[in-house]
Amino acid sequence: MAEIPLETYKSDVHPVWCPGCGDFGVLSALYKAMHALQLDPTKLVFVSGIGCSGRLPAYVKAYGFHVVHGRTLPVSMGVRLANPELTVVAVGGDGDGFAIGGGHIPHAARRNLDITYIIMDNETYGLTKGQVSPTSQIGHTSGSTPYGNVEAPINPIAFAITYGATFVARAYSGKPKELVDLIVKAVQHEGFAFIDAISPCITFYDTYKMIPQKLASVPATHNVKDKAEAFKLALDTEHLYMGLFYQESRPTFEESVMATVHRAESKGMPKFDDILTAYR
Amino acid sequence: MNDIVFRIGGEGGEGVISTGELLTRALARADYEIYTFRTYPAEIKGGHANFQVRVSDHLLLSQGDKIDVLLAFNQEAYDRHFKFLKVNGVLLYDSDSFSPPPDTNSCIGYGVPLTKIAVERIGLKFSKNVVALGVLSQLFNIPLERFEGLISEKFKKKGEEVFIKNIQALKAGFDYAVQHVKKTDPYRLEPVTRKRDVVVMTGNEAMALGAVAAGLKVYAGYPITPATDIMEWLARELPKVGGVVVQTEDEIAAIGTVLGASFAGKKAMTATAGPGFSLMTEFLGLATMTEIPCVVIDCQRGGPSTGLPTKTEQGDLNLALYGGHGDSPRVVLALTSVADCFQGIIRALNIAEEYQIPVLVLSDQYLAHRMASVERSNFQSVEVRERLRPTPEQLASYKRYILTETGVSPMAIPGDAGGFYTATGLEHDEAAELSFEPHNHEVMTEKRHRKLRMLEKTSNEIAKVYGLEQPEIAIIGWGSSEGVIREAVERAREEGNSVGALHPKLLKPFPTQRVKDFLKKAKVLIIPEINFTGQFASLLRAHVPFEPIAQLNKCGGLPFTPEEILAKMKEVHQHG
Ligand SMILES: Cc1ncc(C[n+]2csc(CCOP(=O)(O)OP(=O)(O)O)c2C)c(N)n1
Ligand code: SF4
Repeated sequence: MAEIPLETYKSDVHPVWCPGCGDFGVLSALYKAMHALQLDPTKLVFVSGIGCSGRLPAYVKAYGFHVVHGRTLPVSMGVRLANPELTVVAVGGDGDGFAIGGGHIPHAARRNLDITYIIMDNETYGLTKGQVSPTSQIGHTSGSTPYGNVEAPINPIAFAITYGATFVARAYSGKPKELVDLIVKAVQHEGFAFIDAISPCITFYDTYKMIPQKLASVPATHNVKDKAEAFKLALDTEHLYMGLFYQESRPTFEESVMATVHRAESKGMPKFDDILTAYR
Repeated sequence: MNDIVFRIGGEGGEGVISTGELLTRALARADYEIYTFRTYPAEIKGGHANFQVRVSDHLLLSQGDKIDVLLAFNQEAYDRHFKFLKVNGVLLYDSDSFSPPPDTNSCIGYGVPLTKIAVERIGLKFSKNVVALGVLSQLFNIPLERFEGLISEKFKKKGEEVFIKNIQALKAGFDYAVQHVKKTDPYRLEPVTRKRDVVVMTGNEAMALGAVAAGLKVYAGYPITPATDIMEWLARELPKVGGVVVQTEDEIAAIGTVLGASFAGKKAMTATAGPGFSLMTEFLGLATMTEIPCVVIDCQRGGPSTGLPTKTEQGDLNLALYGGHGDSPRVVLALTSVADCFQGIIRALNIAEEYQIPVLVLSDQYLAHRMASVERSNFQSVEVRERLRPTPEQLASYKRYILTETGVSPMAIPGDAGGFYTATGLEHDEAAELSFEPHNHEVMTEKRHRKLRMLEKTSNEIAKVYGLEQPEIAIIGWGSSEGVIREAVERAREEGNSVGALHPKLLKPFPTQRVKDFLKKAKVLIIPEINFTGQFASLLRAHVPFEPIAQLNKCGGLPFTPEEILAKMKEVHQHG
């Protein structure tokens, strides 16, 4: 089959993002990853939440579903249950994923829903013009915390590992090559692949100078099957590690559900009249 | 006459409900028509439960009024239900548990040592329920072999010994009645001569079955009384026809899963009660905006908040009609009977697909757990509709929300080559691209509402009239009260009154024309509702100017009885 050119994945819609927004880096990495994987755009669905980041699906030439705030994961599950042939990539902000939608991550993770979930983590609420988010640091001053944030941030990587995500990674929009590589691996991974993609909000919380200072690659010697070691790297306060922390192989939700269906179906389709007769 | 109302009362969790179900099925297998009503405690163990079954050889429309036969397992059952027993009705009670006061002479009392027989003769305390069924069988001429058949089906799985003990218990009750109970009451079921092909099921079962018949493929739900058994039924049956059921982490996830599945091309549905329905409203707006078919069932229970989880109410109509922000067209359909649960859910799924719109289906506890006999023919004619899909030519220059006469645009699904689009809750134009232009929002809002206008004809057509088409005393009710109202109308008609009842099924769009025609000669309109304020009455007033309206509201968690409707008719008649 002829190669699908990179341009095929780009839609004609021009992004609304501010120049310099980290979301551009994520989008361009996605194009490259799709191209590298030669994904069939007809069978590709982007599900997004609400926020600047949520606008992403319109910029990709594939199917998209821009849902309500915080609910990308249940919708992704519906898509996959309806048609397990579809590749689903869910994207959204840190507010979308960890605040309003925080209740869904544990369940998508423990189910091992076979999708890729990219959080475009800018440690702030971009679309609503700069309030604190669940990943903002203590002391951060913002529109809603004029005297400084008093709430401790969550640790997205430790959080995802704890809940049973089978692929857990961190990336940075400023390191496009690594980001592309991680997205490729995440899409290939069979199960719930979670990427905390740091993508700074240049307008409301510019972290472009801070992030690189702490950034370090997950050591090449790290064994991604070692959960305890993965936690250690995740909890390290000096470095912000980037790369794949943890990966495990476990049956996906869809596989298990479909196995149940096939078992039930193999007994033969029940006759409608027989079902009725049981109610005599 | 073959028309007897039995009520069984006792401690919840001690088999009152299963005893009632056995009695009901035995009667149905003996070719009687049955109609049940149950209330049960919100507690798992303890609390008071009761089960009522009305039996007859003619079509039953309601649970009846007063009780003919009360089976009381304990004092509380007596205290709660004796006042509903007819004068000269039968009180059958467990004489080991309590004795009715000596001055109880308005009824015919039979004390039977149910517990003693169960403990001493059978050696199984809980078999007192089955002992009681044996007594009922003898006293009221319910064929013993029907009970034997059911007991064997129910208990054989649990082992030979349990099965034998239950059969012994049944016979012990029967024999005790033969030897020790001197029957002085007039109640006796005459064998039914007309054999009918009926099945007996609950409203929830009929709905679940209807959904499967209509092609449901994805069900997502979160447990909540009185809707849970829909999910449990489908979890068992849907995989057999290639469908999937998922219990989500909450109701928001349930409706989200439904929309995701429908977006990807499968028929999808969820069922809940008021608290869960409240959580779903934001997603319902998305369904309207993105024009994705979906069905949400609300089995209403007493509200607000956690309210009366196991009792009935018609309190969620406003939520169904108006719950959500923005001008958000949706279809609201109210189910009226067990038979209608089957047909109604098929209609709901069909409308959702055909009009690409959320369809909200209102049932309630009274209907959800009501067992009724339904003719098999009711299940025969199933017409299944599918959503409009784009042709290859349309896909070549695809516009997801292209303006059409009906407001319905062909829907591409992932996998369709060329059908790329992003469904979004933000306002968009015909090509699904964002547009916040004033003119566009007006055009697209009108498009989404146009679908409702297309459905007005159906709404007018499927509303049903009982009694006179243009009565002087008019009644308009909705939902699960249909049978009760119909029975009251029939009784009032026998007395020669100019009475009729209109019962709409679609509440949104409202059957305005039909209501206007129906009210042409009306001097008064009665609107019975199981809620405090009269939510339907307000809806009607918004569409049809009519005076005077006599609202009949109650909200104690119980359904209407025909007597209550009749009493209201008499009241308005006298003051009219
Ligand atoms: C139910 C609901 N509450 C609030 C909002 C308003 N809102 C829109 S985006 C957003 C947060 C955006 O932050 P984030 O998810 O981090 O995404 P970002 O814009 O930074 O990409 C909020 C609160 C909404 N759309 N829906
Ligand atoms: S506000 Fe921030 S997150 Fe939103 S587009 Fe601008 S830079 Fe990006």
